[in-house]
Amino acid sequence: MADILTVEALKAYYLMNMFGVQREVRAVDDITLSIGRNEVYGIAGESSSGKTSFIKVLAAAIRPPLRVIEGSATYHFKSGDIDVARATPQQIEEIRWKSLSYIMQGSMSVLNPLRKVGRIFEDFAARPLGLSGSAFRQRIVGHLERLKLSPHVLESYAHELSGGMRQRVTIGLATVCSPEFVIADEPTTALDVVVQKDVLGLIKSLQRDMGSSIIFVTHDMSVHANIADRVGIIYAGRLVEEAPTRALFTAPRHPYTAHLVASLPRIGDTRQRPTLEGRPPNLASPPSGCRFHPRCPLAIDKCRTDVPPLETIAPGRRTACWRWRDVEPLTGPVPVAEEIGA
Amino acid sequence: MSALLEVRGVTKHFPIGGMLSGRQVRAVEDANFSVGDSGAEIFTIIGESGSGKTTLARMILGLERPTSGEILFGGQPVTHPSRRERLAFMAKVQPVFQNPFEAFNPLKRVERYLAATARRFLGLRDRAAIDKAVDESLHKVGLSLAEVRGRFPHELSGGQLQRAAIARALIPGPSLLIADEPVSMVDASLRMAIVNLLRNLRDNFGVTVIYITHDLATAYYISDRLVIMQRGLIVEMGPARPILDDPVHPYSKLLKSSVLAVDAIGSDLAIDPQLLAAGNADAGSTAVPLQPGPDGRLVRAVAI
Repeated sequence: MADILTVEALKAYYLMNMFGVQREVRAVDDITLSIGRNEVYGIAGESSSGKTSFIKVLAAAIRPPLRVIEGSATYHFKSGDIDVARATPQQIEEIRWKSLSYIMQGSMSVLNPLRKVGRIFEDFAARPLGLSGSAFRQRIVGHLERLKLSPHVLESYAHELSGGMRQRVTIGLATVCSPEFVIADEPTTALDVVVQKDVLGLIKSLQRDMGSSIIFVTHDMSVHANIADRVGIIYAGRLVEEAPTRALFTAPRHPYTAHLVASLPRIGDTRQRPTLEGRPPNLASPPSGCRFHPRCPLAIDKCRTDVPPLETIAPGRRTACWRWRDVEPLTGPVPVAEEIGA
Repeated sequence: MSALLEVRGVTKHFPIGGMLSGRQVRAVEDANFSVGDSGAEIFTIIGESGSGKTTLARMILGLERPTSGEILFGGQPVTHPSRRERLAFMAKVQPVFQNPFEAFNPLKRVERYLAATARRFLGLRDRAAIDKAVDESLHKVGLSLAEVRGRFPHELSGGQLQRAAIARALIPGPSLLIADEPVSMVDASLRMAIVNLLRNLRDNFGVTVIYITHDLATAYYISDRLVIMQRGLIVEMGPARPILDDPVHPYSKLLKSSVLAVDAIGSDLAIDPQLLAAGNADAGSTAVPLQPGPDGRLVRAVAI
């Protein structure tokens, strides 16, 4: 499978210089991964794990204080290769929306409240598509049909639409130019359950139709289980595990992943769920060695001093843990004493 | 033993549009239930946005007056209280809000808010006594004053801060906590810490919790009883697990079918259109009564 995106040893830090005090926040620390054509790649991680900074680099939205220190993020588009960490604004202008697009989280704040949806489509898509007038309108209406939206929404303002319809309009905007690569940043987090499933199904079917690749970011593991082909887990700025979705859920090989999977509540199952103690590390002064060690039940002395490399343990599976052989899927009941970590 | 909280025929209408348009939104329509009839329990209100679940919670807290009907707490009506009655009521019924980062003032240290609650409700004036009350309450949620003291809200993680918010609510020794979507703003990895905590409060401290959510999976995990609301109307209520295992009302069925299955990886994401149409059909009216089912549940019949 040909790759569409290759990220190599990417380091992106926030560099701040306040009153002569240098401060660096290592938000993206040495991430290497590649995403294939026609693949949905899920990125999971909690807030302040650096996943948004990583997405900013991929979306070519690198603005100070965020800076790419080392490494590259290269897209292999049909129009040619482009390294977004080093591209000029003109080059990025070329690919934006046409080849690389973005589904954003808050559909209420994404859509301009003062313009009708049809106008917003013109603002975004008229130039990359190179169409105007009735040809443009026809193309938009055809695209809205695929999204199960009636052409009437073009005459509406954002506030006149329901949350699900607005999110569909946002998806429509991001996909109208049939981009080769779509970045989806928590597109379903603010939606109700019924609408959420519907929107996920829509994204999946659009992706199949267009043959695009999607990088799908959310902290909700149950969403990943339903949409992603492969999932990468980010913890404290590092990729700690990567595996095909099914393998990740059935046999996690990193203690953090094992916890994420075990803590998912399911209907029909009332066994006590484990609680992960502690808090995500501060990226301005991360712990030494493995960054997960202060919260890790398997931590040994080596974990406190040496950084585990991200090693390939099976075809398509990588993990960064010294003790990955000892990671067990946490499924059995957990003693109640651990409940609140008294 | 009488019920801790009784909601009798409560209805809330909000006028919309201009003053003279006379249009109304029915936020809650004829809600009847009682909570805590036999000891502490977790009572869950499930519904989508706009189903009236938050309005119902606000009425129970006395922040909103029902258009009709009455709410009794310990046999006393919660509406139209005197100032002193209101304070006594607030000590017994405490809220936990959705977003802990908005609940705490970002410019003040976390313990200050906790100390203010101790001063107001426990009438403590002495520094040492306040610290003791705050510390005890933080211990119930797995934190301690030493960990929290001197910290600003942004220095704690979302999970810790939400636990501190629950500790704050526990200071006056309430018998009822009203938790409105307490986990929806918290990361998935920390979500279970909060949910386990609510469970612990029920089991070890005898606190009844009204848990408001749209997440059926956590509701299944902790609830004893639940109500499912659709557009202001209770469509199904009763024991939590039988209802979620086998929902009867079309809307409850639709909600259950929309829960993302974790085990069926790569499954079809399509929702059965028949189910969708039935579930989104009008919830009916209060003219259709709730029918009792075999396992103690009540279901609103739908016209087919």
